[in-house]
Amino acid sequence: MTKNPAKKEQFVKLVLVAFALSSLLFLFLIFIFILFEGLPLFHKVGLKNIIVGSKWAPTKGFFGIYPMIVSSFLVTFGALVIGAPMGLSCAIYLSEYSGKKMKMFLKPALELLAGIPSVVYGFLGVIYIVPLIRNYIGGSGFSLLATSIILGIMILPTIISISFDSLMSVPKTYREGSFAMGATKWQTIYKVVIPAARSGILASFILGMGRAIGETMAVIMIAGNALRIPTSILDPLRTLTGNIALELAYATGDHRLGLFSTGVVLLVIIMILNYVANFGIKRKM
Amino acid sequence: MRINPRFTNKFVQLGLNFQAFFTVGILVIIVAIICFKGFPYVNFEFIFAYPEDMGRLGGIFPSIAGTILLALLSILLATPLGVGTAIFLTEYTKESVFTKIIRFGVESLAGIPSILYGLFGFIFFVIKLKMGWSLLAGVLTITIMILPTIIRTSEEAIKAVPRNLRIVSYSLSATKWETVTKVVLPSAIPGILTGIMLSVGRAVGETAAVIFTMGSSLRLPTSLMDSGRTMAVHFYILAREGISMEKAYGTALVLVVSILLINVVAYYLMNKAISKYS
Repeated sequence: MTKNPAKKEQFVKLVLVAFALSSLLFLFLIFIFILFEGLPLFHKVGLKNIIVGSKWAPTKGFFGIYPMIVSSFLVTFGALVIGAPMGLSCAIYLSEYSGKKMKMFLKPALELLAGIPSVVYGFLGVIYIVPLIRNYIGGSGFSLLATSIILGIMILPTIISISFDSLMSVPKTYREGSFAMGATKWQTIYKVVIPAARSGILASFILGMGRAIGETMAVIMIAGNALRIPTSILDPLRTLTGNIALELAYATGDHRLGLFSTGVVLLVIIMILNYVANFGIKRKM
Repeated sequence: MRINPRFTNKFVQLGLNFQAFFTVGILVIIVAIICFKGFPYVNFEFIFAYPEDMGRLGGIFPSIAGTILLALLSILLATPLGVGTAIFLTEYTKESVFTKIIRFGVESLAGIPSILYGLFGFIFFVIKLKMGWSLLAGVLTITIMILPTIIRTSEEAIKAVPRNLRIVSYSLSATKWETVTKVVLPSAIPGILTGIMLSVGRAVGETAAVIFTMGSSLRLPTSLMDSGRTMAVHFYILAREGISMEKAYGTALVLVVSILLINVVAYYLMNKAISKYS
């Protein structure tokens, strides 16, 4: 083909720009369609009655999702309590203590945890964690505690890989300076390396929160899905994601719109978390 | 009282050692449970037979086929889009407000949880575009979901190709596009394949976004407009509705082993890509 090469270049560039814009288009469509379906109900029922209303009976006109908002934050906090110390210590071990060979083995092994599908986590939670809690601690076992444990494990890969990257990006001279002052390895890590990497570490926690608050299938299998605010860690609860997944298949009319309103609230929370996390990661660079 | 720092140092080191192996232990235990419990039920018939009685009897062939179809078609759509975006971002433009906006879009897409993809796919593809619960609606939803992974990994792979290669190509009076297709892309292929394999893994393991777009019909989808279910959806329904624990464990084994294999291939390719230029 002997077409004008300059014209061909122009054409290629145009196609590539279109491809690059497609991501923005998809993001736009997702926002528009979720907001378009979800916002009318806020207008009709009132923002206050949805956000702070505590009764969810969509077929009777009650669309309060306050208990689910609280529950979503509770499981996310619980996941962080379990996942953050575990994840951070793995990241510290990987970046500061492990040898090269160990790193080559451990890092992919830990990242494989991210590949296990969430339904499998949920299933194993139902088979092993839930009965353990029911028999030894109390309650039905389907609980805030069980959900926090499973989510805590599920967010480990996120926390480990991002904390690890930020620990690794601390210059070697910082450590050498500290050693030269006679500090032990742990004093160096605790007083020099971690403070230097703190914005990346915080970002990893926030991204972990984003994963936990957005997780669905594992949560509906082990949370018990009760429609009230849990008063103890052994109480069942229903999250925003769970509310959507449990009812979307059969909901119609205003009921379905109510699920999209739940989606709007979730989307807003996720966007805020991601924005804050990205800010943390960029500041480190 | 002051604790000896050397003692603290040793103590912490032990603790961190323990923590790292404990975490890997969790992975080993999960895989071991699934393998042990599932192994007795997985055989030739289980993989190649059709399910009977809602999945209580028979095999899981349609869900394996559904999984492969969904993953393959999504990759076919997402790869040109994603690699094209990565080429644009790395080769065809300088850092500007425009690229910042595109990167913001990609990052935001990556952060959206799968249930919201399910919600969007359901209202947009299934209802508004009247596709119904179908393979097509599932494929389009998953395509958007895996796009950010492909863009990011391809971008990294393309950036890692040394500048010298490009300069030599230009000095031979090649055009930009010739340089990209004949020099840059061939060198970046292992890295791009890593992203593709990771995306396949994500598509295979996904449930929330699939169940509300592709539906959960037990039949083998024979056209784009047919509903169908993937292994992950089949496993979820078997386990949640208590249809059959044996079949659930069997399905989980096939599902988890496929995902692990896909990920191992991805890491192999990644190591190959890293060792190439360092």
